[in-house]
Amino acid sequence: MNTRRFVEQARALGPALVVGLGGFILWEGAVRVFGISEFLLPKPTSILSELVAQWPVLRHAGWETGRIAVSGLLIGILAGATLAMFTTRFRVLNEGLTPLAVAVNATPIVALAPIFNAWFGITGILSNQAVVIAVVFFPVFINTAKGLTEVHPDEIELMHSYAAGEWTIMREVRIPNALPFFANALRVVAPLSVIAAIVAEYFGGPQDRIGNVITSNAGFARYDAAWAAIAVASAVGLALFAAALLVERVSMPWRLAVGGSDSNNNPGRET
Amino acid sequence: MSKGADFPAVQVNGVGMVFNKGATGEVAALDGIDLTIRAGEFVTLIGPSGCGKSTLLRLIGDLLTPTAGDVSVFGRSAHESRTGQDYGMVFQHAGLFDWRKVKANIELPLELRGWSRSDRGARSSEMLGLVKLDEFGDHYPRQLSGGMQQRVSIARALSFQPRLLLMDEPFGALDEMTREHMQGELLRIWGETGTTVVFVTHSISEAAFLSNRVIVLSPRPGRVHSIIDVDLGDRTPDTREDPDFFSAATTIREALRSVGGAE
Repeated sequence: MNTRRFVEQARALGPALVVGLGGFILWEGAVRVFGISEFLLPKPTSILSELVAQWPVLRHAGWETGRIAVSGLLIGILAGATLAMFTTRFRVLNEGLTPLAVAVNATPIVALAPIFNAWFGITGILSNQAVVIAVVFFPVFINTAKGLTEVHPDEIELMHSYAAGEWTIMREVRIPNALPFFANALRVVAPLSVIAAIVAEYFGGPQDRIGNVITSNAGFARYDAAWAAIAVASAVGLALFAAALLVERVSMPWRLAVGGSDSNNNPGRET
Repeated sequence: MSKGADFPAVQVNGVGMVFNKGATGEVAALDGIDLTIRAGEFVTLIGPSGCGKSTLLRLIGDLLTPTAGDVSVFGRSAHESRTGQDYGMVFQHAGLFDWRKVKANIELPLELRGWSRSDRGARSSEMLGLVKLDEFGDHYPRQLSGGMQQRVSIARALSFQPRLLLMDEPFGALDEMTREHMQGELLRIWGETGTTVVFVTHSISEAAFLSNRVIVLSPRPGRVHSIIDVDLGDRTPDTREDPDFFSAATTIREALRSVGGAE
């Protein structure tokens, strides 16, 4: 069963791999054939050799930025989900906070990075972490709160008929009901945390992080090295996205069993 | 004899229900309802939309509190009965939890009552047998058809052997064939468990086929228009072609027509 699923997934990845690889070959060929200068678009092979040559620096930078992104991501998720539970439980809080959160979420939070630098200092990780937390918090909060409140009224009445208290309803109904909403938020915020960290780094701070490596290399016209750093950043983002998908699968086995949310109409077996 | 055996299953005295009382959207849903349902009876509430039949069911189940009068269930207040977990509920929407396997859905009320895992397992297997879904305990609800989901919902409502089963148009979303099949199953289960059933429907044939008594409600505000006794003996599929069945259905239809609710 599991091996079959693995084979199916590997097969599903096939076309993407072919297209991706083909893209790199086209890219390499185009740069060579049309003689595009390296500072406009370096060849994939140049980027790759720079990646190898600069690996200790890039690995360190990837780790530093990854650390900021992951810690900010976890704190933002925890804060967003916890506050969502509280606002669901206490209606006044919900009515006051949710519209505000939706409004704040619509603003470009990364624009706050220079302000956060002034508030939290540019030497530590706190100011960049704060940007990540702020970017992650709102989508998680809004989506989770939606999932916790959008429960079918019959399901709540049913729980009342069992004389279940609010906390039991939260645990047995609201939280599982919110999981798909939460998972959607995770898919969005996992890669977003890396973007937020890197954009925040563009506004200064220690030089050993991906954002600064990109800007300083670009500043010295070392575009192949800048691209290599971008590749590292992409890898971190992809890894976090994959982690989000894994959490989604592990936390909702029932979705896997029915083959996704689109198969709610199974053939009837009634006689 | 179990406690409360001398009391009627449900006693409704002068119950009225006004929503948004004193506010702009004030609606009188029910007025002056008196009703006695004996233990072991199968009673159907029928009436045109807006007659408050679902509201009455929710008042009996203490999911709503009446603005006038009182409701008692087996000699206790509706509230005591609910907190004492005396009744099971089945809605039109099966209301199974997607994240729980069929077995775990049936065991939910038992879990909330603190039953041990082995007791829960034994009871849910028994319930799966009762609704003829023995093979499906480890499926997730979404893997089942609508009729099967509704059977699980009934099994869940009966798992803790409630003395009163409240059903709000439980078969309303099913196709005609499935519906008739489920009606037969429900009567079989009712016969085997001896529970009291209060059943809300807007289907005349369903009311006639299932009930000992049919309560016809008139709309706005809901009042008891008439109470029709139905005596068809043991129901079989042939009952649906029995002249007595047709005459019961005709009586119900005429009552509904006189309250302005016949389709």
